[in-house]
Amino acid sequence: MKKKENIVLEVKNLQTHFLTDAGVVKAVDGVSFSVSEGETIGIVGESGSGKSVTNLSIMKLIPSPPGKIVGGEVIFEGQNILDLSEKELREIRGNKISMIFQDPMTSLNPFLKISTQMIETIRLHNKDVSKREAKERSIKLLEDVGIPAARKRIDNYPHQFSGGMRQRVMIAIALSCKAEVLIADEPTTALDVTIQAQILELIQNISKKHKTSVILITHDLGVVAGMCDEVCVMYAGRIVEKSLTDDLYKKPLHPYTEGLIKSVPRMDITDKKDKLFSIEGQPPNVINLPPCCPFHPRCHKAMDVCRCAYPLKNDFDGHEVSCWLYSTDEEKEEALKNAGEN
Amino acid sequence: MSDKKEPLLVVKNLKQHFPTTSGGLFSKVNGAIRAVDGISFELNAGETLGIVGESGCGKSTTVRSIAQLYRPTSGEVFFDGTDLCKSSEKELARARRDIQMIFQDPYASLDPRMTVRSIIAEPLQIFNKRGLLDTKMTSLEIEEEVEKLMERVGLNKAFKNRYPHEFSGGQRQRIGIARALALNPKIILADEPVSALDVSIQAQILNLLDDLQSELGLTYVFIAHDLAVIQHISTRVAVMYLGKIVELADKAELYNNPAHPYTQALLSAAPIPDPVIEKKRQRIILTGDVPSPDVEQRGCYFQARCPKRMPWCVCHVPPTFDLSEKQKVACWLYDERDLSKISEADAEADAAKSAINKE
Ligand SMILES: Nc1ncnc2c1ncn2[C@@H]1O[C@H](COP(=O)(O)OP(=O)(O)OP(=O)(O)O)[C@@H](O)[C@H]1O
Ligand SMILES: Nc1ncnc2c1ncn2[C@@H]1O[C@H](COP(=O)(O)OP(=O)(O)OP(=O)(O)O)[C@@H](O)[C@H]1O
Ligand SMILES: [Mg+2]
Ligand SMILES: [Mg+2]
Repeated sequence: MKKKENIVLEVKNLQTHFLTDAGVVKAVDGVSFSVSEGETIGIVGESGSGKSVTNLSIMKLIPSPPGKIVGGEVIFEGQNILDLSEKELREIRGNKISMIFQDPMTSLNPFLKISTQMIETIRLHNKDVSKREAKERSIKLLEDVGIPAARKRIDNYPHQFSGGMRQRVMIAIALSCKAEVLIADEPTTALDVTIQAQILELIQNISKKHKTSVILITHDLGVVAGMCDEVCVMYAGRIVEKSLTDDLYKKPLHPYTEGLIKSVPRMDITDKKDKLFSIEGQPPNVINLPPCCPFHPRCHKAMDVCRCAYPLKNDFDGHEVSCWLYSTDEEKEEALKNAGEN
Repeated sequence: MSDKKEPLLVVKNLKQHFPTTSGGLFSKVNGAIRAVDGISFELNAGETLGIVGESGCGKSTTVRSIAQLYRPTSGEVFFDGTDLCKSSEKELARARRDIQMIFQDPYASLDPRMTVRSIIAEPLQIFNKRGLLDTKMTSLEIEEEVEKLMERVGLNKAFKNRYPHEFSGGQRQRIGIARALALNPKIILADEPVSALDVSIQAQILNLLDDLQSELGLTYVFIAHDLAVIQHISTRVAVMYLGKIVELADKAELYNNPAHPYTQALLSAAPIPDPVIEKKRQRIILTGDVPSPDVEQRGCYFQARCPKRMPWCVCHVPPTFDLSEKQKVACWLYDERDLSKISEADAEADAAKSAINKE
């Protein structure tokens, strides 16, 4: 893979920890990736693997305490977002980088009409748009996300909409500001497949038309397959594999990724075996993780070295994987020796 | 008796309407949400009926009405030959042993203050106390049974004194399954049992349910919104839309030759985890309103969003057509007459005429 061009946002070695009664939660522990103009990058992983925390950290929206971004950089327009003041951040949030949150209820104001909230957002970022124009634009956006009778319903309050409709309003608001980067955290999880298809298509069209870069968080490998140019697979706070989407599905390198892809039931395969492939065991508790491969207890290819050292990152032509299977014997011996000394 | 077995479960024209009120101090009933609006199906022992459909179409209400958690508004639910809707509380107690439920959220459905042992033992203890078990059990026997159940669902019995919050989502779902199995039921009604689980854990639970079915001869009604999951687990599939079953078919028929335009749209929209296929697939995108469930429609409930709508559909509620032994569909496209030629005016006139005849 050639080096990425026109990089819009770059995350470098991001680390976000939470201090809890039970210990330090290393929710994000050295995550790096970048998105180019118009590119859609997917982040997949199990519940608790750090997908949301990664993206909240990018916008510096981590509740502190208990959370703290303890290391790394987020480079956007030549500067490190993490160094900016709250005032400067507000210029960026919802304007240049917009976000669709996982929980839509928390981000709509229950006391304001949908129309008021949408018009405000549009005019906040674009001061010369008249109220009327902003309302017309809002109606169009609601229609785009499939809200029936949008013109009639725009003056409703959030509680008058169903959960799925509120989710779509959130999406419409996030899309209203034509940001350079759109971060979408499980944007369609609560929605039905037919509406999901409609919204994903909308995000795709906007990304194409305005060259918006999209970071899409999801646990649905089908959605990733259809939407993303590149995928990051997270496990226990780290990216364990990163590759172009086609390569990842054709040739997953990490045993976790391989297991994930194999354990999804598929509609398109007719000669099915009775049993689904399944990864045994449970996802790890990220409190006080020992310095070893966090996947080793569930891995059917685990070796001695996996139990005593975190794997090195290997890069095969842009297809990156952190797994001891791909290290040389010397590297493994070295790691075993170091672990023995400690 | 003929060699054809009696179905274990027969549901006939089941309706569950929830009254809506005008609010205020002297609130009056002013309508009803037609959550389940006349559904019928049969289920043989050992089969799995999958139910799919969009949020709010009445899937949960269907299984809750079958289990008599709500008393249905009308219709019949024959379980093992008796109509549960007409049964007294006493008669129902027996059926409650044979019909068990598993829920979506394994956390919300388990009492956080109870240990795993007491959660799994509770149904046994209650039925034992009321003398509703075949033979009375001693507390030692109950204890042994709990351990056996835990092993059966893949939980370490050493953890029996722990509390639900000490378990992961997948393990909690196993606790819920063990509890559902305690009374040795004939049928399990599973309301989205894997929807809240991670992909890797979802496969474990689906395999477990599969194993239990073949070992214990269980019958399942299984709700999911993931069409691939439904395809994996089901022998037959019911597609619901706004309180009605729009298509009911054997799995192979439904997935290979979906007949109802809604089923076709659902299948075309479900993502497939393969970028090569996914990037060149054509989707049927639905537009238009989902009608409100508190209004009785004069036409097909899906017509407003249907890409194949004919004027006739707007004012005639479709009956169920049998395409074969294995496939039933509620859609006017499958009427013997070609209704596509009928103009709006003629369709409306026909509807008006039959309305008068009815009166
Ligand atoms: N405010 C907080 N306090 C303590 N721990 C937190 C907090 N927020 C997140 N965490 C922890 O950080 C880890 C990563 O959480 P995150 O929300 O990023 O997971 P996720 O990958 O988005 O999962 P999901 O798929 O469930 O949304 C989890 O172990 C979580 O418990
Ligand atoms: N106890 C109740 N009282 C009033 N209305 C109800 C009640 N339970 C369900 N409803 C309504 O009945 C309809 C069907 O709801 P139901 O929960 O059965 O849908 P569902 O298909 O299970 O949806 P989901 O996929 O979101 O779980 C909805 O419009 C719902 O709001
Ligand atoms: Mg999350
Ligand atoms: Mg439900």
